[in-house]
Amino acid sequence: MSEWWTYRPSSFLLFSARTYYRLFELYNAEIWPWQVLALLVGVAILVLLRKPGTWQGRTISALLAASWLWVAWAYLYSRYASINWMATYFAAAFALEALLLIVLGVGHGLVWRPPAAWISRAGIGLATFAVALQPLIGPLVGRSWSQVEVFAVAPDPTVVGTLGVLVLASGWPKWLLLPIPILWCLVSGATAWVMQSPDAALMPAAAALVIVAGGGSVLSRMAPARDASGTPALD
Amino acid sequence: MDEIIKAPPLSRRRLLGALVATGAAAAVGPRISAAQPDAIITRPIPSTDEKLPAVGLGSWITFNVGYDDVARASCAEVMRDFFEAGGRLIDSSPMYGSSQATIGYGLYTLGKPPALFSADKVWTSPGSRGPPQIEVSRKQWNVPRFDLLQVHNLLAWKEHLPTLFAMKASGQLRYVGITTSEGRRHRDFEQIMRTQPLDFVQVSYNVLDREAEARILPLAQERGMAVIINRPFRQGALIDRVARHPLPSWAGEIGCVSWAQLLLKFIIAHPAVTCAIPATTRPAHARENVGAARGPLPDKVMRQRIESLVEQL
Repeated sequence: MSEWWTYRPSSFLLFSARTYYRLFELYNAEIWPWQVLALLVGVAILVLLRKPGTWQGRTISALLAASWLWVAWAYLYSRYASINWMATYFAAAFALEALLLIVLGVGHGLVWRPPAAWISRAGIGLATFAVALQPLIGPLVGRSWSQVEVFAVAPDPTVVGTLGVLVLASGWPKWLLLPIPILWCLVSGATAWVMQSPDAALMPAAAALVIVAGGGSVLSRMAPARDASGTPALD
Repeated sequence: MDEIIKAPPLSRRRLLGALVATGAAAAVGPRISAAQPDAIITRPIPSTDEKLPAVGLGSWITFNVGYDDVARASCAEVMRDFFEAGGRLIDSSPMYGSSQATIGYGLYTLGKPPALFSADKVWTSPGSRGPPQIEVSRKQWNVPRFDLLQVHNLLAWKEHLPTLFAMKASGQLRYVGITTSEGRRHRDFEQIMRTQPLDFVQVSYNVLDREAEARILPLAQERGMAVIINRPFRQGALIDRVARHPLPSWAGEIGCVSWAQLLLKFIIAHPAVTCAIPATTRPAHARENVGAARGPLPDKVMRQRIESLVEQL
């Protein structure tokens, strides 16, 4: 594409907001009642996050990988691509994230050790928001209940839930798992912004929170641990 | 340059339109060029002298509705009203998602209207992917051949244009063109216009975006090329901008009953313009848009008046 700088985000919007959200309506109707199972998957992840150990981490990773793969195939490739040719590439990116979750999360294993209480709260908060609250955002801003976006069914809550889990994780694998969800937050935010959706800031805000938490995590690990008196601990 | 063709027999809706046009014509001052009521303004394609109605139908965004049967049926309604109002040219692109398939569905539903002038684009790189993409597009439209194929946004134009000219020479295509939008690559665009035997060019032009007036439109006249105008309403933003203001009373002098018609008449009144292609999701708007190609057009003075007014709003 030549003179790319002359293009605005609206230049890439190929559909109307009505068509975009109607796609969720048709998708939800076609896959019903699988949303119930998806909700159970979300709840299971939240329960497992309460006491994360090795097998819990592998199970969470497997559930997330299945969710990403489903969204890649059932929504992005099979439906969204009908109105947005770029969705084929999005589907490939989601499938890659699923593969990374299997290799790094199930195979290698994620370590659940947030370095600070606020980071832990941020992670739990994001994951809970994605499963329990994010589906309500659409109806709250005036969209139909039939267009609701559910965790493990629609991309946005799936991404936010995954980001919540990754905020809680430590170790190098999490850094390889973060780029695709964060990039999706920007893509989704730009799409919603161009469509003038009232909740356009939501996904970029989630990404910003994860980046801040990631920075806080790095700083916490770099700083020597101190006891209550301010003396560096010697462990 | 304007040509008048006879319209189909009067229906009630057409009769009402004719009465409005007649009333408007009666009130017209001497600076308005006369036009017969109940006739649609056409413009000749310079390379063949074939006549095209001055308002067509775009499909960007509006016809990209995926597999939504309800929305596709609504788009077919838009096409039905467009054809019934006297429209002919429908424009699309493989870039526009499912728009081509939606048009194909509409044409099938309407029994393949003989008035159709099919205008599509090739949009892929490298050029070797052009012929298979054109074939996919043709099957989606479900037409035996396209009337017009354009190189979309000049993408790989050096490779696509020889393909299109060869298709035209072998009878698989009637016209060849190039497109750009929102003022991009006008220098390259001009260069291609000067060196290639194009039938059509497509550019953005509206009451606020008039860059094409300076060089592209005069060059098209000089080189004998038909001109299709995209983004006549700035993707709807122009309508949003003016809609909260009352239509000026003097718009009635040229038979306008809506802002959309006033904005379209501004465009098609330019002597270089062959056809403007507004897009819409509403059948009534399709009819209203084609209505802009009926009745008198604004002269130079009134066009400046429209410019000044819209710039102030």
